[in-house]
Amino acid sequence: MGTTATYPGEDHRHRGPGYRQRSVFDAANLGQTVRWLLLLIGGILMIMPIMYMISTSLKWPHEIYDLALIPNEPHLENYWFVLEDGRFFRWFVNSIVIAAATTLSNVLFDSLVGYTLCKFRFPGRYLVFIAILSTLMIPTEMLVIPWYLMSQSFGWLDTHWGIMFPGLMTAFGTFLMKQFFETVPDDFIEAARIDGLNELEIWWRIAMPLVRPALAALAIFVFLGNWTAFIWPLIVTNSVEMYTLPVGLSSFGDEADVQWELIMTGAAISTLPTLVVFLIFQRFIIRGVVMAGLKG
Amino acid sequence: MAGLDLRNLVKAYGRTEVLHGISLHVDDGEFVVLVGPSGCGKSTTLRLIAGLDEPTSGDIEIADRNVNRLEPKDRNVAMVFQNYAIYPHMTVRKNIGFGLRTSRLPKREKEKRLEEVAAILEMTDLLERKPAQLSGGQRQRVAIGRAMVRDPDVFLFDEPLSNLDAQLRTLMRLEIKKLHQRVGNTIIFVTHDQVEAMTMADRIVIMNDGNILQAGTPSDVYYNPANRFVAQFIGAPSMNMLPGLVAPDGVRLRNGSTVDVRIDAREGRPVEVGVRPDDFILDGPDPFIEGTVVVREPLGHETLVYLETPAGELTAKAGGRTPPELGQRLALGADTASIHVFDASTGESVRRR
Repeated sequence: MGTTATYPGEDHRHRGPGYRQRSVFDAANLGQTVRWLLLLIGGILMIMPIMYMISTSLKWPHEIYDLALIPNEPHLENYWFVLEDGRFFRWFVNSIVIAAATTLSNVLFDSLVGYTLCKFRFPGRYLVFIAILSTLMIPTEMLVIPWYLMSQSFGWLDTHWGIMFPGLMTAFGTFLMKQFFETVPDDFIEAARIDGLNELEIWWRIAMPLVRPALAALAIFVFLGNWTAFIWPLIVTNSVEMYTLPVGLSSFGDEADVQWELIMTGAAISTLPTLVVFLIFQRFIIRGVVMAGLKG
Repeated sequence: MAGLDLRNLVKAYGRTEVLHGISLHVDDGEFVVLVGPSGCGKSTTLRLIAGLDEPTSGDIEIADRNVNRLEPKDRNVAMVFQNYAIYPHMTVRKNIGFGLRTSRLPKREKEKRLEEVAAILEMTDLLERKPAQLSGGQRQRVAIGRAMVRDPDVFLFDEPLSNLDAQLRTLMRLEIKKLHQRVGNTIIFVTHDQVEAMTMADRIVIMNDGNILQAGTPSDVYYNPANRFVAQFIGAPSMNMLPGLVAPDGVRLRNGSTVDVRIDAREGRPVEVGVRPDDFILDGPDPFIEGTVVVREPLGHETLVYLETPAGELTAKAGGRTPPELGQRLALGADTASIHVFDASTGESVRRR
């Protein structure tokens, strides 16, 4: 070492001429490594159920309690069975219709109410907003009974309308849209007013295009929420024809025997529309969620 | 094209009155600038004219027609906003064309008009672009184009240049002025920048605390300010104020010297003598106050000199080549014609001319 002083902890680095790459155990790199590890674990946790879902859908009934990820004899019989079963197709359509209608309704009406609460000054405005927000604190389980009684007296039991009416507007969506409309400068609205648009046109032609990311985020949230909704559709429907996918899939089993391979096959197929919705809107949602986070 | 009349316009938000009954007549084709510090009511006035707010009382007439109860779109006014408010999701063509939505012109006529406006503003190449692809100055021009295309009775500009950098601001100032000379519509322009006001206006309206303090041509408000506020607001650096008392032969300053001016005020009444930095004569005949140079700000062609005097700190202008030294004592005087006198309590001008 000669005249060069060596400090404790430095000697293990072996910095020879031209040696630049830092070891994995460098303090700066350690944080990065831990971060990647955590992400990896998180990723695996997310993906494993999906992998098992697909794997199980390719197994024979006697294999399903075998935890191997790769089936012994992979086959597509389950898929043919589920797809040829008319009920599955019917549930699929029910779910699509309900999720699409609710999404459309939320995008339209949540934003209409959010816009009104945000851009118009009228007495009681704050009170209305608080009232809407406070409904967020009531859990679905508490609402199910009043909903049911209401459906019963209106004759909505076992109908599409009965399944979707509670979700046609949401407090969350109204809140989200109100917060986003706050980011639309009033100057746009006033400019449009001078340009001769009426209030409905201003909302539709000026304000709505400016909050497109929020609309996309809202569309995804609502679509997924309704696509996977279980408790209310289970309660309000009686006939097999009115089932939605989650309710229908759960019926692939009875007290004695649960046909996991069919449930998983149905589940695998039912993830497809959510993927499509996500792929369409994802370029908006990433920005949307970021902005929601900042604004909220 | 048409003139504009405001009569006793009052605007209150709840119990707070922000406009205290202002009246103003604007001639057809006149370029009027409303200027004042923030919160003086100039933007409120503009919004009332546009119809974006309703007056609490008073009348607004555009082209001899009372528009109090008309919607903004029916008033035939166009407004250019501070942050442009051009719609980001539409192309330049659509943005400009938007101003024509309500017009009953045939479609071909509309197209023609749009092209004309684009040509005047030199934006023909940019028509298919979205606002995000434009520079600040170009966006400003789109906003002006959207207003122009409607050929309104009155153009309203709400601080349209304050978001631009200094260079661009000077450029757009010139462009708007040229535009006005070309199209000749009545323009009401709001700004807090007195330089903008001076350079662009046919007539300046100076506002403060919801009142009009003076309305007049730029040279009028500069050379004959009606009160202390106008005197100090217009012109940079601000007019110097020297406290004193009315004496038989003029105004006696605190240092005992007398400023020889004729005024309409009782003897012994406290007044303030106003002198612009440009009007101080350094070491000339008949000085009325002396001071020591404490700071110099060379500007090239001239130098701003800050002096410590018995009347407080005063600002004077000196030549650029041979400015006074720091610490030098200077005697300050001024030509009688350039001296202003204001009542110390009311702030009104008491100078007899």
